[in-house]
Amino acid sequence: MLKNYLKTAFKVFLRRKFFTFISLFGISFTLVVLMVVVSLLDHAFGALAPETRLERTLGVFFARMSGPESSVGGSAGYAFLDRFVRTLPNVEKVSLSTFPGKVISYHRGEKLNSDLKRTDGQFWEILQFDFLEGRPFTVEDEKSANFVAVINQATRKKFFDDAPAVGKFIEADGQRFRIVGVVRNVPILRITPYADIWVPISTAKSDGYKKELVGNFMGTILARQRSDLDGIRQEVRARLTRVEFSDPKQFNRYVAPAETFFEGISRQLFYNGQEAESHPGKLLGVILLIMLAFMLLPTLNLVNINVSRIMERSSEIGVRKAFGATSWTLVGQFVVENVLLTLVGGALGFVFAFWALQGLTQSGLIQYAEFHMNYRIFLYGLAIALFFGVFSGMYPAWKMSRLHPVDALRGRSL
Amino acid sequence: MIRLENVEKLYRTDKIETLALSEINLEIQEQQFISVMGPSGCGKSTLLNIVGLLDVPSRGTVQLNGSPITSYRDRYLARIRNEEIGFIFQTFHLISDLSVLDNVEIPLLYRKLSGSERRKMALHALDRVALASRVHHFPSQLSGGQQQRVAIARAIVGMPRILLADEPTGNLDSQMGDEIMTILKTLNHEEKTTIIMVTHDLHLAEMTERTVRLFDGRMVN
Repeated sequence: MLKNYLKTAFKVFLRRKFFTFISLFGISFTLVVLMVVVSLLDHAFGALAPETRLERTLGVFFARMSGPESSVGGSAGYAFLDRFVRTLPNVEKVSLSTFPGKVISYHRGEKLNSDLKRTDGQFWEILQFDFLEGRPFTVEDEKSANFVAVINQATRKKFFDDAPAVGKFIEADGQRFRIVGVVRNVPILRITPYADIWVPISTAKSDGYKKELVGNFMGTILARQRSDLDGIRQEVRARLTRVEFSDPKQFNRYVAPAETFFEGISRQLFYNGQEAESHPGKLLGVILLIMLAFMLLPTLNLVNINVSRIMERSSEIGVRKAFGATSWTLVGQFVVENVLLTLVGGALGFVFAFWALQGLTQSGLIQYAEFHMNYRIFLYGLAIALFFGVFSGMYPAWKMSRLHPVDALRGRSL
Repeated sequence: MIRLENVEKLYRTDKIETLALSEINLEIQEQQFISVMGPSGCGKSTLLNIVGLLDVPSRGTVQLNGSPITSYRDRYLARIRNEEIGFIFQTFHLISDLSVLDNVEIPLLYRKLSGSERRKMALHALDRVALASRVHHFPSQLSGGQQQRVAIARAIVGMPRILLADEPTGNLDSQMGDEIMTILKTLNHEEKTTIIMVTHDLHLAEMTERTVRLFDGRMVN
């Protein structure tokens, strides 16, 4: 029976090539856009080197201190992180680092921009960077305020034409560092590890950061196991109440929870960082809603095309019903035909999405990003294609199933 | 075999009510070949649709082998149509995208048969209407008479006991029409198939055992 359905399906597709083209275009285009978006989200929030242990990692990214009449928010401050996060019990490791900042270098008479990040030694023990040369700087380097640096391969190319760089010197932001390691590029979407140049925190030009509750820092907490994460969140939340303010009349509340970056974004978007709870489900819900809304238009288009296609086949419907097909049998037939069409559109979509992701990677629009089709993206894409197939086929098939065989044979529609 | 008792069919729209059939009492015995005649719009096709379980009467009952089937659910009626009844339409109603063989197989798709069994039965049916050499042709490649023979093959492939033919020769010339009638008569004589045929043609009606005449939805002598 399936073979008969498939034969009929192919013949129907070839009969009205233009409609088939419209349907396939709609499905494949929508799939391309969605898979690129999913790939971007996966790239930003999924597990990706050097963040290979995300399932047991939390961060303290955003902080806000508020009082009766004023509120200041931004990234977490070193003072809070050093006193309350670095000392967390029952964790494997904690690292403090800055958000990357733009610095200028002058090389061979040319002005070069780079993103520089200051980190401690534990940073390299939590994140699994791929070293092309040399080694990371250590806890001892950081304690001793050694002017050492790790650079990425793009920086090596910019400054040294890709020649070996370890042992050479690089100038950034008016400071001179000896290069101890070169790592593979990290995409800009990876907020925790990303930079062009990494140097020890202790080489900062001033100590002012040490007193800040809201500053330019982030904390990265590696738990011993995944099940410890809730306990860590609760402990950090409890410590927030112990933060002392220099002027309690101005500020008396501090919020800087331990969370994933996705949770942090959600909290900033929906609560402006005022709340300690993040409710990531809200952001996920918004993303899913936008994706569903985006899919709705081609789905409705496909429904419309399918309804007119099915009504053209009223004679066939009448004949099949006359010879013993039940309404549900016919619904099944038309859904199978539609799923076949959407799988063909889906296959085209995969191919185009692959090219689109390659193009996006090569364009350099998102610095150092390398987009690949992995099994997660493939499965999401397949789910999207099947969603199209089933939902855009169900309504037309149901409408068709209500057609009275006598009316169908006379060529009348509902 | 088939009994209609006080069958009435009323069509209602927003503005109009049409009584297509009224007080139809009809009994058709097994192996009979009967024709239904009457002017256009007298209810012939409506009667055929009710007998063929494609439509339900507004009043009255339809019995098949003593069982009142009027109140049966759609699923059960579909099964009876598949197993007991074959249809031949004036305009053939072949599916243009499918080959002759695939068209003939259609009734068998809704039975629990393997692909090879279906194919064997379809080839046998096509052989009986002398179209075994055209199995891979498409309807558009056949003449009107050949298309109607394919439709007959489709109607008989499942070995139904009842054949309902709605103006089977209406779209054919007289020679092709005679060929079709020959096939129907052979089915009636050799296979003992009960045939009910709607026709305008008195010459064809005279080739049947009995003629039922309708006028304005009622049976007349």
